Amino acid sequence: MPHPKRKISKTRRDKRRTHYKASAPSLSKCSNCGEMKLSHRACPNCGYYAGRSMFVPES
Amino acid sequence: MRHRVKGRKLGRTASHRHATLNALATQLLRHKKIKTTLAKAKETKRFVEPLITKAKKNDLSARRYVARFVKDKEVLKELFSEIVEKIGDRPGGYTRVVKLGYRAGDAAELAIIELVDYNEIAAPKKKETKESKTTEETKAKKSKKAPKKEEAEEAEVIEENKEEKAEKKTTKRKTSSKKKSDESKKEVKEEVKSEAEEDKTDSETDESAAEEKEDK
Repeated sequence: MPHPKRKISKTRRDKRRTHYKASAPSLSKCSNCGEMKLSHRACPNCGYYAGRSMFVPES
Repeated sequence: MRHRVKGRKLGRTASHRHATLNALATQLLRHKKIKTTLAKAKETKRFVEPLITKAKKNDLSARRYVARFVKDKEVLKELFSEIVEKIGDRPGGYTRVVKLGYRAGDAAELAIIELVDYNEIAAPKKKETKESKTTEETKAKKSKKAPKKEEAEEAEVIEENKEEKAEKKTTKRKTSSKKKSDESKKEVKEEVKSEAEEDKTDSETDESAAEEKEDK
């Protein structure tokens, strides 16, 4: 079976990993309470989505 | 190619999956609104809507067919009388799935699935009762907890105004806090070691113990 001829150097390995990046979550302002929330999801702060209450937050 | 592959297995055997969907459908028809994972909510939607469509025929064969999946007799009765009546002429699309974000323990995406025609009954009732309770509780606890919460909220608002910058800052803070915690752990370990050494070397003087610390 074929095998790699050389060990991948630290530089080459790390250069490959420069493209592994964390991306920021896509947040938007809740139309009901103004808190930041994930888009297309009910607001965890007030429980509203699309202008109506989905659930009542505990606090 | 995933041609003609429909549905989800939900990590279950066929019998387990049927049982899960039967239970989810029954509970949805009973409570009109249930909270579950997104995958299960979407599968429930696929499962329950044809049953409701079937129930709209409202004859004996339809009743027997639906009864194969909805095992609860009271729920079955309610489905064929109240729910079907309430749905009326709606041509499908009886349920709504709203995403809620991620669960803390296993990062599973959660969702609420509810019957579309039960908007007013499901949500506002809870709202009135719980809000009145919460206001009373907050009044009682205002003296203790309120000021802290307000401060925290203010801090959050400030961070949110900065948006991306704030996020970067928080990540930096997290990393710095992690480092600090690591350092503190190291310190604790060193202290423990030194104490152990002192126990062993009771006869020796404090100066020699200190020298050992420095060495290690």
